[in-house]
Amino acid sequence: MTERTEALPSQRDISAEIVALHDAAEVGETQPRLHFPPYRSSLLRHPTKNPRPADPEGAELVAPVFGHSDVDPLEADLTVQSGGEPIGERMLVRGRVVDGDGRPVRRQLVEIWQANAAGRYVHQRDQHPAPVDPHFTGLGRCLTDDDGGYAFTTIKPGAYPWRNHRNAWRPAHIHFSLFGTDFTQRLITQMYFPGDPLFALDPIYQSVTDPAARERLVAGYDHDLSEHEWLLGYRWDIVLTGSHATYLEPEDHDG
Amino acid sequence: MAELIATPGQTIGPFFHEALPYDHDRELVPPGGAGAIRLHGYVYDGAGAGAPDALVEIRQADAAGVVPTTEGSLCRLGAAFTGWGRGSTDRTGHYWFSTVDPGPVRPGAAAFFAVTVFARGLLNRVFTRCYLPEHEAALAADPLLAGLDPGRRAGLVARREPDGGLRFDIHLQGDAETVFLTFPGHRS
Ligand SMILES: [Fe+3]
Repeated sequence: MTERTEALPSQRDISAEIVALHDAAEVGETQPRLHFPPYRSSLLRHPTKNPRPADPEGAELVAPVFGHSDVDPLEADLTVQSGGEPIGERMLVRGRVVDGDGRPVRRQLVEIWQANAAGRYVHQRDQHPAPVDPHFTGLGRCLTDDDGGYAFTTIKPGAYPWRNHRNAWRPAHIHFSLFGTDFTQRLITQMYFPGDPLFALDPIYQSVTDPAARERLVAGYDHDLSEHEWLLGYRWDIVLTGSHATYLEPEDHDG
Repeated sequence: MAELIATPGQTIGPFFHEALPYDHDRELVPPGGAGAIRLHGYVYDGAGAGAPDALVEIRQADAAGVVPTTEGSLCRLGAAFTGWGRGSTDRTGHYWFSTVDPGPVRPGAAAFFAVTVFARGLLNRVFTRCYLPEHEAALAADPLLAGLDPGRRAGLVARREPDGGLRFDIHLQGDAETVFLTFPGHRS
């Protein structure tokens, strides 16, 4: 491979920047910093002004509605979509989508995408010299059930390199796209795996400066979800921001 | 009940194009039909370059001001208007939707598209509004717009084009930085 990495900062540089930012952070910053210089791509793409408080109105109060006409149940199993068995560690990820008051988000769309077991995406701009798996697209969709529950059967993704700095590797993750009951609850995030040695080194994961909040991005291994001679189970629950219905229906707080 | 702390967002990253775009994702109504307009613009970074790896979503009322709760936003069969669309930017940072002008959701309200923006390099989604330029009285009475200085306010109002379309650029950073929004229930 061509070495074009002279200009890139080292992991040591990036890690030192992360530590300095964390040391200076206030407790309780539970969402990522938009301006997080160790993630170099954020430098020109972060808004510099504080977001403006607004009262949600009209279309902001109503999430788009999806139904069984939109999503085939087979889309929740990423191991059966491409005419053969994908390579890698078969896994199940199951959890619930709830709003800020703990209420289930029912019948709502969940979309995921991920690299294959070798850390390679089905995407023309992924240049990682790792094999594409002809039996794995890494794309999934489902609707949550009446309890807000979702489940995907998939293959555990591999870590992959990127060009943020020299010898930069993303911890294994699955991208999740979520809707709530209000459009203002829209969320795209990433789910990680417990105990990943790359956590401390990764500026995207570390852009959430509050340690407890960061932990919320990590699924738990759940042996009760594992299946005999078949797959390993992970549990990952997702909490969206408060819905505006909270403010319209204060009686909900009484019980 | 105490409000739970929300799961943090993370960047959409560079590899969403096989996952999130889908057939007719940006066509809330078929292009060229009666009442169809093109809402379009660029997503710019702080250096004024178009972001080729951004995703824009809109949520809107129909022409009568009713926000649809019709399913079928992914499989756009038939004539149902679902009021939601998704458009990824091209290599120049350009996005477009085929849609209709939203109506005001109550008498006297300013009509707008609710807009969400995702991009590689943007660590969490951002929200904004794209207001229709007509109905100056409604715009003047809008609580959000009224609190903004004129330069920033102008960035939230789309420009009507000669063909009836709307031009709305999104500046993630810089002198023309778009006004992004936070709502009750959001935290830092
Ligand atoms: Fe990724």
